[in-house]
Amino acid sequence: MVGMSNLAVAVQDLSKEYGDQIAVSHANFEVPLGTVCGFVGPNGSGKTTTIRMLLGLITPTGGTGEILGHSIKHPEKYLSSVGAMIEGPAFYPALTGRENLNVLATLGGYGTDHVHSLLERVGLGDRGNSKYKTYSLGMKQRLGIAAALLPNPKLLILDEPTNGLDPEGIQEIRDLLKSLALEGTTVFVSSHLLSELELISQHLVMLRKGKVLFAGKIEDLFLAQQPFILVKTPNESDLLKIQEIATLAGHKSTIRSGVAHIEGPANWAAELNRAAFTAGITLSQLSPMLPSLEETFFEMTGESE
Amino acid sequence: MINVFKAEWRKLRRPTLFIGTMLASAGLTGLVTSLLFLLIDSPQGNSDRGNVITREVLALPSGLTIGFSNAAGLLGIVALCVFAAQTAQEYTYGTLRNLLVRQPRRLQLLLGKYVSMASFAIVMVTFAAAISMSIAFGLSGKAKVSTDAWVTSDALHEVAKTFGNVLLSVIAFGTVGMILGLLLRSPISAISLGVIWLLIVENILIAVKASLGKWMPGNLITTIATGGSSEVSYTHATSMVAIYLLVSTAIVIMLFKRRDVSN
Repeated sequence: MVGMSNLAVAVQDLSKEYGDQIAVSHANFEVPLGTVCGFVGPNGSGKTTTIRMLLGLITPTGGTGEILGHSIKHPEKYLSSVGAMIEGPAFYPALTGRENLNVLATLGGYGTDHVHSLLERVGLGDRGNSKYKTYSLGMKQRLGIAAALLPNPKLLILDEPTNGLDPEGIQEIRDLLKSLALEGTTVFVSSHLLSELELISQHLVMLRKGKVLFAGKIEDLFLAQQPFILVKTPNESDLLKIQEIATLAGHKSTIRSGVAHIEGPANWAAELNRAAFTAGITLSQLSPMLPSLEETFFEMTGESE
Repeated sequence: MINVFKAEWRKLRRPTLFIGTMLASAGLTGLVTSLLFLLIDSPQGNSDRGNVITREVLALPSGLTIGFSNAAGLLGIVALCVFAAQTAQEYTYGTLRNLLVRQPRRLQLLLGKYVSMASFAIVMVTFAAAISMSIAFGLSGKAKVSTDAWVTSDALHEVAKTFGNVLLSVIAFGTVGMILGLLLRSPISAISLGVIWLLIVENILIAVKASLGKWMPGNLITTIATGGSSEVSYTHATSMVAIYLLVSTAIVIMLFKRRDVSN
């Protein structure tokens, strides 16, 4: 366990039940200070409930948690250092984007001086004076992120911040989160897609059906990635011979949809090519691959979609 | 709490809400006051429920503010709508979670919102009073009502007293709106329930059994505005309204403090 002073978030056995329904069950994880931590799980896995408990919006039915060294029972002690966007942006439709931020800046006692620079930072500099109801979904997300940045937070908690954004917008958000992390902000960001977060996260917490299945460094997942080689032959019956070659060399293999999947590192592909040539087999495809982190994760945990 | 107050006013001062509410309150007060003077000789009466307010009564020091106090019930409905909408919209827009992240002390948030809306009600009632009294002066000549007593110290005392009572009544109506907004968490539900109860249900119940007027919250709040009536004393009305509001406020504060914010 990392020393408490180095943790932005630490939860122990955190649980939330609604009658018979368990939304979050005995969640345990830690988020070190100054890191980007991805919070991943399918829709309905309990991510938003967990985030709401961390922000004092929902009372846990069990367990404890600490944010920036303070118990989540006393959100007033840490929320002035926390920025958050929960379950999508929520603002007053009849107010402009700027005025919406002014409301929250005034409420938090931060002053409205840096509202303009925040709007610029999220790419809304020229639309700050438009009413929120005229914003596109992407613009609403950006305003939500700007609102989360109002307190110049030590910890930034974003729930699905890339929802509704186009690929360019997603890249911009990734760049923004990276730059915030470089400035020392701890970023705890949720998504239902691991692929969205694997490029920027140093840590991962993976949730499924309310339970934490993995919490740790993303490197641990990278190390667990098992490379494989995809092989296709013009004549499908040759795939069986390819399998024999692989088995003789000590590599596991399967044939799926006319393609042989052989476990093995990329550098063994040349050897396989030579052996196939010697056996008189022509290859139409020979592709060394790495599984996605999602596939690796499910491989590790024995879970499947 | 001052930050909550200032933040809430950023929402309250938006032109459609602020100007719209001021125009509505001025229009309603102006209409009630105008009819009081323009229908002074009408056999159908010139006041609420066909009552007749004579020239002699209007010429008294209290005559200047009769139109204003008669409009208190309508001003109260406006306040109820504003308080209910401003409170319940935080649930329907999902903005309550943003507010609670920036101000996690729920009681302070609620109190700040309430004080800011009460101050909004002060502005509204002041504006309505000015409109009503201007119209009273403007139409007094046409209605042949003497205004000599309206510019005395007694009249000033009456203005202050009526203003206080109307303000108290309007804020009480607003409090009902806020309570309904917190309970129902939907502006439409809160406003419709409040208006239907106050304007329809209570009137039917009182028409069936007049003594119920002593216990109906809407009737009691309106009675405060007029400084008491022949059926319900001012002391009884203020005490009962205070009890009703204190009990229901305590319940909604407890709910607001404990309820999960999951929308």
